[in-house]
Formats: sequence, structure tokens, C-alpha cells
Amino acid sequence: MEPLRIHQGLVFPLNRPNIDTDQIIPKQFLKRIERSGFGQFLFYNWRFDDQGNPRPDFPLNAPQYKGASILVAGENFGCGSSREHAPWAVQDFGFKVIIAPSYADIFKNNCVKNGILAIQANEEQVQIIMKKAETEGYTVTVNLEEQVVYDHDGFEFHFEIAPYPKEMLLNGWDEIGVTLTYEEKIKQYELSIR
Amino acid sequence: MQTPKTIIEKIWEQHVVHREEGKPDLLYIDLHLVHEVTSPQAFEGLRLNGRKVRRPDLTFATMDHNIPTRQRQVIHDPISKKQIDTLVQNCREFGITLADLHHPDNGIVHVIGPELGLTQPGKTIVCGDSHTSTHGAFGALAFGIGTSEVEHVLATQTLWQAKPKTLNVKVNGRLGTGVTAKDLILAIIAKFGVKFGTGYVVEYTGEAIRAMSMEERMTVCNMSIEGGARAGLISPDETTFNYLRGRRYVPQGAAFEEAVARWKALATDEGAIYDDVIEINADEVAPQVTWGTNPGMCIPVTANVPSPDDTDKPNEKEEIQRALEYMGLKAGQPISSVKIDHVFIGSCTNSRLSDLRKAAEVIRGRKVSPSVTAIVVPGSFSVKLAAEQEGLDQVFKEAGFEWREAGCSMCLGMNDDIIPSGERCASTSNRNFEGRQGKGARTHLVSPEMAAAAAIAGRFVDVRTFTAQEVR
Repeated sequence: MEPLRIHQGLVFPLNRPNIDTDQIIPKQFLKRIERSGFGQFLFYNWRFDDQGNPRPDFPLNAPQYKGASILVAGENFGCGSSREHAPWAVQDFGFKVIIAPSYADIFKNNCVKNGILAIQANEEQVQIIMKKAETEGYTVTVNLEEQVVYDHDGFEFHFEIAPYPKEMLLNGWDEIGVTLTYEEKIKQYELSIR
Repeated sequence: MQTPKTIIEKIWEQHVVHREEGKPDLLYIDLHLVHEVTSPQAFEGLRLNGRKVRRPDLTFATMDHNIPTRQRQVIHDPISKKQIDTLVQNCREFGITLADLHHPDNGIVHVIGPELGLTQPGKTIVCGDSHTSTHGAFGALAFGIGTSEVEHVLATQTLWQAKPKTLNVKVNGRLGTGVTAKDLILAIIAKFGVKFGTGYVVEYTGEAIRAMSMEERMTVCNMSIEGGARAGLISPDETTFNYLRGRRYVPQGAAFEEAVARWKALATDEGAIYDDVIEINADEVAPQVTWGTNPGMCIPVTANVPSPDDTDKPNEKEEIQRALEYMGLKAGQPISSVKIDHVFIGSCTNSRLSDLRKAAEVIRGRKVSPSVTAIVVPGSFSVKLAAEQEGLDQVFKEAGFEWREAGCSMCLGMNDDIIPSGERCASTSNRNFEGRQGKGARTHLVSPEMAAAAAIAGRFVDVRTFTAQEVR
């Protein structure tokens, strides 16, 4: 997993609450046994019509958001299924950071495991970025170390993140590798419950 | 005297392998259930790193999401077939017990776990599936995980987990006749919203919960995740122990009685404090029907479809408007005026024997409306067999239902059972998201009784008055 410290990127605003994992990646794409290549299916039913052509009215298809790497969305983002295909699709499409007022618990966990920073901002901050991102070429910078988000225009806010996910993201650690260093503890526990 | 504790805290404390400042707890996992959709990349990860499955004996696999329900051995979709075959290979390579397509233990993962007695009070249970909360009905701490966590559990039998907050959902009084566990959980989500449980583990308490059978409790806990809670559980009691006694994977004889003594001690202590408490009166709950595109968009069958004008918030207005458009409904129309094209009775929410019995009771001697296609999909081989032994299959078939083989079926459209675009389904499943049952499909979540009544009437009807009518 790639470490994530400071990231500057183009912002794509998706102003809808309760975006569920079936919208992020519809079920017909969950049959693949690979971990990569899911970006092409991100928001599939919103991005493409029945013939598979891009819908011009879905903003992610607009040229101004090409190359966006920061996704801003409404509350309860990623609700529904535990499918990790959802963050895989988000990441494979090119997003490294999500900013939303709240997330579903499982989705948020899945993001950390894949090196995606899911920032919890307040509703007002999210709406400000949404508005600004309507302008072509709007970028923000995210500094995970300092826990701040800022733009060129003086807009800036601090965000909270627990120490453990922060450390994981900053270092891009393989969590299993870390846990296996606790082998003795796990053995002891197993002996104690026999 | 010791501080009174909730069952959530008790199970948690019993499973902490390692605790240190600034880190989540390292939690031991007692049971890992595996299915074909969320596991292939996890096994691949193990292979790439030369890792083994630490405890194959605590791991149990089944296949359910991709299974065809007409002829289960014939999988037309080559990608589905590959996913199924991959699970077979992985289980063989890593030494994991698998209830494959032809195995008598096969079924939906959240139906067979309890059926086999793998699910037990006090266990920590995980599965790469959000409806793992179902197992909480037994007083287990059970929650859904992503594929990276599946790999982590396979390799280490543990997970790093931040201690969740606790929420008591207190259900006062009793449910009325014709009102089910499904209606209760839908009413809870409608009242408190689709994220009331985010960040919490929920315990359901109160008279109505105590009065429920295990299968009803499973329906309630199953949909905890639709309210945002990864886990929802119920303190075990005699109902729990009676259900488990004699099942294959529970201790037998004297050992069972010893287990019961341990399990009893898990129940939440009198006076234990939760981080939050919310309450609902069961006797005020009517049969529910969802009208929109998330499970919180839900109203009593006697009510009218809401309007964007019902709220002042621009975001909510837009959400209601978008849901009405997707669902093809008009603001203010009675939900009972909505005609349906399909009925699906099944899924990990409502496919157990008692669900099928109750639905069969509603349709006995009646006929499915000519404009409706109706299917029943038992949750497992063993549910199907038991239902056939008591003749339920005949009741369904005579009424005009299709009687299918076990699987996830129409709950999520990963197999052949899909609702065509624009058509409408009364479904006993758990999610009414856009496209959940097929692209453009319109899903209305209801109880098995309400689904059965809707199949006969061709539209939504109040099952409380419907069953009182004479069969014509």
C-alpha cells in the first residue's frame, strides 16, 4: 500500500447523501476474482446509459473533472454492503481522498486498508467545497500529517482522524505483517481459552 | 459489587488479545464464515505473501450469492462459475470446510450458521458480508468485514477493532397480530434513520424482543446494518438455548448445560449503562412498505407516499424527488394503490422455515394475481427439505408461486434472478437501493406475510384485514 502524506488534487463534487455501495459499484461487477481494474465500473449506472454510453448529465463525465483525485460527497457515504470492491473502484478510478460529513463504518474501514483517506468534515465545510468545486480546475491540498485541508483561496479546515488509521495511511503499512509480530500474544490467548 | 456491564462489553473484554494506548484492540475471532464473492482476493493475498490460514478449524465456507435457483448445478455465467470454482480450489488448498453446491449443509451463509449451531452466544463472528449482524440474534458479536479484513482474519484469526459505542434499542410492548419482526426493524429504521447505528453496536431489548422466536430475532438483527450498525445483538435466554440444543456444532449433553451456564452470564446486567438509548413502542407499529431507495424510506401500509414538500431541507427535498422518480411513484398516492409485477420471498432476512410457514398461511387456498410473477427461495437445503416435508411447497405451487432451490437469489441480482428495468417487486429482502434487484428495478421491502398478500392482490394490501377476508 502506498503511503499518503500530502496530496493536492482536482476536486469532484457529488452532492448526494446516502450514496450506497450498490451505486458505487453495481453487483454485476463483483464476480471478478481480481483486485484491480474496478475503476471503469465506478458509479456505473449513473455514468453510463443502457447502451453503455456515457451519460452527458452525470458530472463525472464532464471534461472539467477529468483527472479528479478528491471526491466530495454527502453524508453516510458508502452505506450498505461490505464489498471492498467499492473502495477498490474509487481508488482505481484515481481518487486518493474522500471528503464527506459521515461514512458507513465498514466502508470507512475498507478505505484505510487500501490507502484511501476518508476525511470527515462538517456539513458546512463540505458544502463550501462542493460550491467551489463547481468552478473549473478547483484543487485542494490535503496534509495528513498536519490534519488540514486548504485551497489557494485561504479556505482551510482541520480534520480529526484516530492515531491508528493515520499511522497506517502515513506509512502505507501491510497490516497483516504488523499483526504477525504479535504472534506470541495470539498464541497465549489461544492457550488461555482452551 | 462489580459494575454492571452490557453483553457487548462482556464479549469484547473476553476477546482482547492485546491492548495498548493509541491503538484499537486486537480482538480474537471465534468464527469466520466465508463465501465466494468477497474471498478470492483474500486467498490470493495469502498466496502472494506465502501465508497460511491460521485456524481452518474456525473457518467455514459456503457458496450462496451466485447460485442459480432453478437448476443449481447449471451456472450459465462463466464469471459466476469461475468465482464458485475459485472458492472450491481455495478451500481445498487451505484446508477449509466447504458446504459446496451439492452439500446438504449448503445455503445462505447467515441461514446455515445458526442452523448448524456454528453460531453461538458469546462468540465473535465475522464474514465478508454486511448482513453478518444476523448472528447477533444469539448474543454473539457478529459483524461484516471487507476483503482485506477477511485476509487478515484468515492469516491471524484476529482483527484490530476500535471499541464501539453501545446503543440500547428498547422495544416496549408487544407487536400486534399480523405485524412482524420485519415490520419492527423497518419501523425502527424509518423512525431513527439509515445511520442511527453508525459507530455503535446495538443491543435490542424489551418485551417485544423477548417474546420473539430465534428466527424473528435473526430478522431484526439482520437489518441492523441498514440502520448503520455493523453489529446488532440480543442477550441470550431460554429461547436461544432451546433453539441451539442438539444442533450439530454445539456442545452435547452435560457439556451443553455447562455452556448454557456460561451463556446465561453473558446477558446484560441489570443497571448496565449504554452510551445511548432509543425507544419505540411495538404496539404502534403497523405492517410496513418501503416506498423509496433506502430502507429508511418506509411507511405503514395504510399511509401515503411522501412528498418533497414534507421537508424544508433542500438536500432532503432532492433526495425524495429523486427516489420518487426512480420508483415511478407520485407524491401523496396511497401506497396500497401501487400495483406490483413481482414477488420475492427469500434472502438472509426472511427465508427461514417460519417465514415460509407464515407466507403459506396467507396464500393457502388463494391464487397469485395473473399480473404477478411470484417466487419462493428457501434459505438453505435444509429449510427447503423441512418445508417440503410439511407440504409448504405444494401450498405455494398451487397458489401459483415458483418453488425454487436455496440461494441469495433476487436479493442482489448476482445470479439469474433479476427484475427487469422499470418493473416493481414486493420483496422480503433487506435493501431497496437503486438497481439492487437489477438495473432500473423497483424494490419495495415488506414482511413475508405482506409479500404473500401482495402476490394475491396484485398490489400492496394490509395483511391484517386481508387475512380476515374469506377466500373467494
